[in-house]
Amino acid sequence: MNIVVCIKQVPDTTEVKINPVTGTLIRDGVPSIINPDDKGGLEVALELKDKYGAHVTVITMGLPQADAVLREAFAMGVDKAILLTDRKLGGADTLATSNALAGALKAMDFDLVITGRQAIDGDTAQVGPQIAEHLGLPQVSYVMGLDVKGEGKYIVKKETEEGYQTLEVEGKCVLTTLASAFKPRYMTVAGIVDAFDKEIEVWGADKIQVEESKIGKAGSPTSVFKSFTKELKPAGEKFEVDPEQAVELIVAKLKEKHII
Amino acid sequence: MNKADYKNVYVFAEQRDGEIQPVALELLGKARELADGYGEKLVAILAGYKIAAKAQTLIAYGADEVVVLDAPELKDYITEQYAQAIHQVIEAFKPRIVLYGATTIGRDLAPRLSARVNTGLTADCTKLALAEEDQEFLMTRPAFGGNIMATIVIREHRPQMATVRPGVMQKLAKDESRKGNVVTFEPKFDSSKFKVKLIENVKEAKDTVDITAAKVLVSGGRGVANKEGFDKLQKLADVLGGQVSSSRAMVDAGVMPHDRQVGQTGKTVRPALYLACGISGAIQHLAGMEESELIVAINKDKFAPIFNVADLGIVGDLHKIVPMLAERIAKEIEK
Amino acid sequence: MNFELTKTQQLFKQMIREFAEKEVKPLAAEVDEQERFPIETVQKMAKLGIFGIPIPKQYGGAGGDHIMYTIAVEELSRVCATTGVIVSAHTSLCCAPILENGTEEQKMKYLPKLASGEWIGAFGLTEPNAGTDASAQQTTAVLDGDEYVLNGSKIFITNAGYADVYVVATMTDKSQGNKGITTFIVEKGTPGFSIGKKEQKMGIRGSATCELIFENCRIPKENLLGKIGGGFKVAMKTLDGGRIGIASQALGIAQGAMDETVKYTKERKQFGKSIAQFQNTAFQMAELETKVQASRLLVRQAAWKEGLGLPFSADAAMAKLFAAQTAMEVTTKAVQFHGGYGYTREYPVERMMRDAKITEIYEGTSEVQRMVISAKLFK
Repeated sequence: MNIVVCIKQVPDTTEVKINPVTGTLIRDGVPSIINPDDKGGLEVALELKDKYGAHVTVITMGLPQADAVLREAFAMGVDKAILLTDRKLGGADTLATSNALAGALKAMDFDLVITGRQAIDGDTAQVGPQIAEHLGLPQVSYVMGLDVKGEGKYIVKKETEEGYQTLEVEGKCVLTTLASAFKPRYMTVAGIVDAFDKEIEVWGADKIQVEESKIGKAGSPTSVFKSFTKELKPAGEKFEVDPEQAVELIVAKLKEKHII
Repeated sequence: MNKADYKNVYVFAEQRDGEIQPVALELLGKARELADGYGEKLVAILAGYKIAAKAQTLIAYGADEVVVLDAPELKDYITEQYAQAIHQVIEAFKPRIVLYGATTIGRDLAPRLSARVNTGLTADCTKLALAEEDQEFLMTRPAFGGNIMATIVIREHRPQMATVRPGVMQKLAKDESRKGNVVTFEPKFDSSKFKVKLIENVKEAKDTVDITAAKVLVSGGRGVANKEGFDKLQKLADVLGGQVSSSRAMVDAGVMPHDRQVGQTGKTVRPALYLACGISGAIQHLAGMEESELIVAINKDKFAPIFNVADLGIVGDLHKIVPMLAERIAKEIEK
Repeated sequence: MNFELTKTQQLFKQMIREFAEKEVKPLAAEVDEQERFPIETVQKMAKLGIFGIPIPKQYGGAGGDHIMYTIAVEELSRVCATTGVIVSAHTSLCCAPILENGTEEQKMKYLPKLASGEWIGAFGLTEPNAGTDASAQQTTAVLDGDEYVLNGSKIFITNAGYADVYVVATMTDKSQGNKGITTFIVEKGTPGFSIGKKEQKMGIRGSATCELIFENCRIPKENLLGKIGGGFKVAMKTLDGGRIGIASQALGIAQGAMDETVKYTKERKQFGKSIAQFQNTAFQMAELETKVQASRLLVRQAAWKEGLGLPFSADAAMAKLFAAQTAMEVTTKAVQFHGGYGYTREYPVERMMRDAKITEIYEGTSEVQRMVISAKLFK
């Protein structure tokens, strides 16, 4: 079984702070990490490797420094890593990104594609289903469990608002995984020691099977009109009063805001 | 593609087990405004099996027209079946805009369709508007873990598509007397592409409390001190129809379970009311709750940083104030 | 000259920090409170190869370097000094002397299982009457046919009871003084070898510290580690390496207390501003930060020399002396900065202060380090 896991290098958004004076994002010193949902997907693939000896390839699209997440993936136990990097791919929205990744996947041999449900820097949850469409393959998103049934069939557990669904998928497919469902393994010490001796395949846009008009900025139907930080709201009023008055103040406020 | 051919605002009216989902009605409320802005029709797409009777509900909530797709293939949501069906609607009717709920269904279907029709899609919008000068469709969404807001446009592709977070838009008051067209649309299915089978759909009564879904949170910190303190908070939460949440300190102390924790290492909440009791307001805590619509803080320490984000701050003893407040509000609600 | 960690070391630090934060830190208070050996953490560390960091691949280790090992002990100790010393004693005091002095058979027999963490290691040198003066060994080993017979006892032995392999110093010829000391490998379960009383300690309370008792304990001749009479050298070299481990532990404790204090003093407000904004706090913290960073440079220099096979005895002593003093100073001040809360178990700094003290005592007291450093200075 050949599995390809698509991962993304993202800034750890829990570490991002807003400059209180300028209202801009402070990205300095914010660590770059493997997107958590993608790391969950990596774990799913590596479990299939442990169980069935699957061959796991990991691919990321990004700037050359995105190779860091591939080294980490090596240290977790993947067999092969591909860095898809090219200026022509820059400025891509989700559709253009999915076109590029699907183009790369078309140049590969795989039985299963896994990626995270969504990336924490964008939270769109679009790239996985879009890749599936470009490849003409079935998809299951919000995956929280996976079993291999044999004869190329998978039993997939999908999270829903009310609980979960069990789905049977036939043949090649694209799954998008939830970080909350799969605790990723740690890198091993030996894996780390070896990670930088392994070869990362670097692919440019010429290597992938897609028209240039469908990738990068040119292939992106959406564009950012403007971005802004929410205004920090000013501190409200503060009262140092006895409990009876405090209760009245709170009740008045709750009425004003139609809470009661 | 000729942009001018694409007209009218469409809403994918999500149903589950034959029940129209609240988000569909919310979308109709906002889409009504958009359609009026363009002077065009608001059309709901209703897909399911033996579902046609629900079309009138969508009209009552603002739709001018309902396109009904009634087929056994559409009984339960499965990506490919729905993608084929809705794709044919888009091809046939050429909508200017299509909106979906940002649910596990909408967020599965919309990207699939965006790739199939080769158009743009904006995820999880919290604001939709038309630009004053040129009526460009402006879709605003949080990004970067909620740290920034981005307004997205889709200039050259149609339809313009967006998913919208449930609970964000307001539905219109139901008007049973509204009249509208119901159009039946029969999609043609290519079942050779159906590779996913639904085995079971399990609905779990989740025993863990989802504090992110609560409209009111009464939250306790170090000042609450212990389980007895939290009992007082629980009574107040019960009166307000809310839940009790906690700062990290009380979770670490073993007084409250982790699923109640608000903050950077806990959950991010945006309730209509966040009542912070005895919480000093460490940055990590503020990160998890400062988006709340109304923040009321009670703390003994008048310099507690929680007061910097509170709309109303009370310097005082929560152990006295909270029980009195619960009693007072109970009376207020009875009235 | 380059002060930057290599990419491998950086990636390793990322892993061990995450592991420490997620797996070790949540247990730290409980392990301390209950004086409980964190066996579940040991199993998790074993799976990742943390017990075999600097052991060569041919002996089943990860083939990492000594800097990585110091980073591991530092990062673990930053959240839980107990966990830090388990790894340190295992690696520096058991794996290292076997790797350095063992025969090929001994290395093949013990190192793969020690590196994988299937076996835990310990080291027995200290006796009731042989502390700082290690030459006063009273445990004896007498050759009887193909076996050595051990009699005597060892005290304050880290990992005792949980360890499977013990490197033990004995007196084989009292008339020779230091040159009459010989080290052996003793396996758990050998008849005549038992674990005595467990110490109740001020700090590192989760670490198992017990007595080893040998009563006509017969071990095969092949378990001789190094040469007859070469034990003092083995022990001293082992302690040199161990000191880098303990210096790393002290460094980690100090860093942990710094991190807690920075967080707390930024949050805690008095008189309308955070206490970090008071110059008294800020300047004292600046001093402490400088000492922590200086400790780290000493630790890494010593580990770097050890890795290159250069003499590092005085470097290890300086690293341990300074890092231990720094840990004590930082943790004491951390409690002070936390005020009344710092004195309670609600915050980890009081535990860190108790944990820090041992780093000035074990694997050579600070006084011993001064002896080592001055001996080199005035030789």
